[in-house]
Amino acid sequence: MHTKTLTALSQGLHQGDFTSEALTAHYLERIKALDAELNSFITVTADEALEAARAADKLLAVGKGGPLTGVPIAHKDIFCTKGVKTSCGSKMLDNFIAPYDATLVTQLQAAGTVMLGKTNMDEFAMGSSNENSFYGPVKNPWDLKAVPGGSSGGSAAAVAAGLCPMATGTDTGGSIRQPAAFCGLTGLKPTYGRISRYGMVAFASSLDQAGPFTRTAEDAALVMNAMAGFDERDSTSSDVPVPDYTKTLHDDINGLRIGVPKEFLSDAEGLTPEVKAAVQAAIAVYEKLGAVIQEVSLPHTGSTVPAYYVIAPAECSSNLARFDGVRYGYRCENPKNLEDLYKRSRSEGFGDEVKRRILVGTYALSAGYYDAYYLKAQKLRRIVRDDFQAAFAEVDVIAGPTTPSVAFNIGEKTDDPLAMYLSDIYTVAVNLAGLPALSIPAGFVEGRPVGLQLIGNDFAEGKLLNVAHQYQQATDWHKRLPE
Amino acid sequence: MLSPDDVKKIAHLARLNMDEADIPAHQASLSQILTLVEQMDQVPTNGILPMAHPLDATQRLRQDTVTETNQRDDFQSLAPQAAAGFYLVPRTVE
Repeated sequence: MHTKTLTALSQGLHQGDFTSEALTAHYLERIKALDAELNSFITVTADEALEAARAADKLLAVGKGGPLTGVPIAHKDIFCTKGVKTSCGSKMLDNFIAPYDATLVTQLQAAGTVMLGKTNMDEFAMGSSNENSFYGPVKNPWDLKAVPGGSSGGSAAAVAAGLCPMATGTDTGGSIRQPAAFCGLTGLKPTYGRISRYGMVAFASSLDQAGPFTRTAEDAALVMNAMAGFDERDSTSSDVPVPDYTKTLHDDINGLRIGVPKEFLSDAEGLTPEVKAAVQAAIAVYEKLGAVIQEVSLPHTGSTVPAYYVIAPAECSSNLARFDGVRYGYRCENPKNLEDLYKRSRSEGFGDEVKRRILVGTYALSAGYYDAYYLKAQKLRRIVRDDFQAAFAEVDVIAGPTTPSVAFNIGEKTDDPLAMYLSDIYTVAVNLAGLPALSIPAGFVEGRPVGLQLIGNDFAEGKLLNVAHQYQQATDWHKRLPE
Repeated sequence: MLSPDDVKKIAHLARLNMDEADIPAHQASLSQILTLVEQMDQVPTNGILPMAHPLDATQRLRQDTVTETNQRDDFQSLAPQAAAGFYLVPRTVE
């Protein structure tokens, strides 16, 4: 059953081929058998899952289920789940039982999904390899020596390994698309504000956005119907109507204009020849499908990583100021005074990468430096967005690599934060500009998956899923499964 | 290049401990990151309006009415130390 897509599982549940309880038990068995090695889950909620599955079966039996009723899923451990530990991959929140559900969790629960548990992640979503988790690194199901990507590495590894057909993630600078690329999945980062941030532990509030990991674009369309929408509890939520994303999947892409930024295929940014060849082959598939390929330019691509590594740490230093050892989370032993309580709780509760970003952000926001760093980065942000808008005046979607290389080895980049940051070159611009983008499987290099990134204009999720689905009708990269 | 005193000052502002022994490593890695970040200066931005929200949205307002219920007990059950409705911290006034 675990080799089926979410769409096929949904059909099977509705036709009565199997029950949600049997399906849920099957996934729980697989988690038990395989996850000691992969480490993709932080918490497994087996009893609650089986109970929710039985409730779903009752609805399905009387024909009252929706498309997601009884479908098992997993949530990244950044989403608050009432009564269930929400650690955010940090020692700081190892003892935190969320007192409420994130809106996204409520929406997927209302749609009838069954939560199997919470997935591993880089601490507070800061990282590109899932090596920054308090709960240890996650392994890539395609090659156990490789990282699954980050920060949503546990979600990506769990879906790729067939431990669940769909998992949620968050993407602040590539944290859905990069692990989707490394694990051979479809991963969508929607437009900023498309999915509620309420109950999602904040990293960089002006960049954070939730989205799904699935095997196919068709599956992503199905879950996006439940995830997207306005939420009055999130002041940056977009009040734009949500279309039925499954309706446009089959639209003809004959004549579609696809822009390929010349900066994304230049060798300057560390793009490996093998990934470049795979991306070019994918673009050739689109040409065969009738799309018109056109070169475009995003001239400030080189400045996006510097601007991102000001805005993200600055907002992280503000957001993470709330972890003070007083109201919830970790508190140090025997504090001498209030300052000692703050400093030791934070120093002992946060890991190295989180502390590094807090320090960078604190410096960038400190008196006398605001204009040179944060304000400068915000100005660049507008220039980057204007570049995209100029490109979208000529083309419908933009295509390129998701990452410069396929998944690297565990431990390979841990001593070099800068090298890790620079590998975000193709993903961070999209967050700075607030645009939707997805990554889909487009080949392999020595057994490790390659991701093709498609970027759309504001609220063009439907178009992106359509364009991705058409590629998946013509290719079978997304059908391959790790051993 | 940041000085050891800069690193200590930043750590204090962020309420993080900074052991003397760790200062050189932090000095190096923070300076390296700031060098990367300063590549921003290659792009002139005179007259460009800073962008705080990608869609230039403004803060939405709502009626000033109570919508939340009192969950103090639930929230305080998460606190490391709480009593009689208060969060407890080390004594600050003798």
